[in-house]
Amino acid sequence: MIDLRLNGLPVQVEEGSTLLEAAGMYGIPIPTLCHMDGLSPYGACRLCVVEVGADGRSELVSACTYPAQDGLLVRTASRRVLRARRMVLELLLASCPQSKAIQDLAAAHDVRRQRFHQEHEDCILCGLCVRMCAEQMTGHAIGFQGRGEHRSIGTPYDARSAECKLCGGCIYVCPACSLRCTYTDPERAVCGGCANLAPPCLDKSQFHDMMCTMDPCVACEIG
Amino acid sequence: MATLLSKDFVRSTVEKYRGRRGALISILDEIQTREGYLPETALRQVADLTGRTLIDVFGVATFYKAFRLTPRGMHLVSVCLGTACHVRGAGGVAAALQDHLDLPADGGTSQDGAFTLEPVRCVGACALGPILVIDGDYMANVSATRAVALIEGRRDGEGAVCPTEDERVFPVEVNCPRCNHSLMDPDYLVDGYPSVRFTVSFGQEHGWLRLSSLYGSYAIETGGEVPADTIVHFFCPHCHGDLMGAWNCTECGAPMVPVLVQGGGMVQICSRRGCHSHLLDLEVDPEGQTPPPPLPR
Ligand code: FES
Ligand code: FES
Repeated sequence: MIDLRLNGLPVQVEEGSTLLEAAGMYGIPIPTLCHMDGLSPYGACRLCVVEVGADGRSELVSACTYPAQDGLLVRTASRRVLRARRMVLELLLASCPQSKAIQDLAAAHDVRRQRFHQEHEDCILCGLCVRMCAEQMTGHAIGFQGRGEHRSIGTPYDARSAECKLCGGCIYVCPACSLRCTYTDPERAVCGGCANLAPPCLDKSQFHDMMCTMDPCVACEIG
Repeated sequence: MATLLSKDFVRSTVEKYRGRRGALISILDEIQTREGYLPETALRQVADLTGRTLIDVFGVATFYKAFRLTPRGMHLVSVCLGTACHVRGAGGVAAALQDHLDLPADGGTSQDGAFTLEPVRCVGACALGPILVIDGDYMANVSATRAVALIEGRRDGEGAVCPTEDERVFPVEVNCPRCNHSLMDPDYLVDGYPSVRFTVSFGQEHGWLRLSSLYGSYAIETGGEVPADTIVHFFCPHCHGDLMGAWNCTECGAPMVPVLVQGGGMVQICSRRGCHSHLLDLEVDPEGQTPPPPLPR
């Protein structure tokens, strides 16, 4: 067992736990975006920042990847943490304001505007879908490709992948619904289940760039 | 140029790195060196043979700029868009080339497969910018019009340098750094060009040594037999000054021999027989002269 202090409270957690798990065990909320139980921690969104260490020598770390250590002092809601977290939310809002998940998180933290250049990304590169595909669905069909500003998630050559089982797990976990519903282009579709059905929005050509925001997608649920 | 990639080649390459987890990059690199790019079939095969999934291999192949997934044209044209070249007008050069080859801003291979244009960030020759690199040959101070002329000059035949073995081959004329007499010997040709003459000594022996003046050629002729690996002492045939320089060869540690290039700059040659290291350091002279353009081999 490991002894540490969470917001001043002495707690004990099992060896190998992360700070996020420790906090969860004691009912201390830490917001997350790229974390999901059953998937390996990834530490992409930085929403779960906490402050570790004593005053003056503390640092911000991501709770979902930081291992609990004996005698660690952890603060999950210090002023510094809250400020960092709100900044992360602003940045997320700046890149993907249409995401319901991000909007909800922003609202919960009272972030009502963002000060950066507004973009409308389809993907925040949280990697949830990649891990879902590989770890839960044993698909390994999608992954990261490219680098820097060209980094994206998709199948090799952006073509329908032989590994893809059309399970729709990627769309299910996506906070931004980054995997665009590509029913208009079945060849490139990752899921493509809906191409065999008539999704309600199919005729509305003005929505051809629309993302699949159904939760879960009717088509994938069936396919 | 490239032969059809055989499955066996991929297999033997993978086999060579068997058991080394981190070898994926080396495997891809070997395939690309042979093929000029990474064909889809090869990536699939590598994935199969290394027990990875295609997307893992694909992710690595797309992560590194050094890997390309589409075939390269006959000539590789890199236009530097680094900061220094940019302020010296590289943007116009890039635009002219894109226009000329009908390619998008991020480059690509022209329709006829003759040229691959790629924007690069700083090739380390900032003072000479805008820089254009054609098949490994550095062109300094290029303008938009000159850039188009330069690549067109390469289009067919003669100037064609095989991109996989690109070497810069052009003649340089050199002087003694001590007395500034020309070291060129127009009466004795090596590689079809006037040779560079030195007086040399090694051990108890004295004699002459003539180098090819083609930068990139290693042809050497000597008055007597110089055993490989000996460090040869270089003297100027005019002033008999000792030419051994203060720098040591980065490859073998022997002293380098600096000589002046007519028109500015200097070449350093490694004094060890058999070591092929040499450095060329051309400077722009006040009139904005450029280094000699490479000649066809
Ligand atoms: S939840 Fe920890 S970094 Fe995203
Ligand atoms: S910026 Fe072009 S060579 Fe450095």
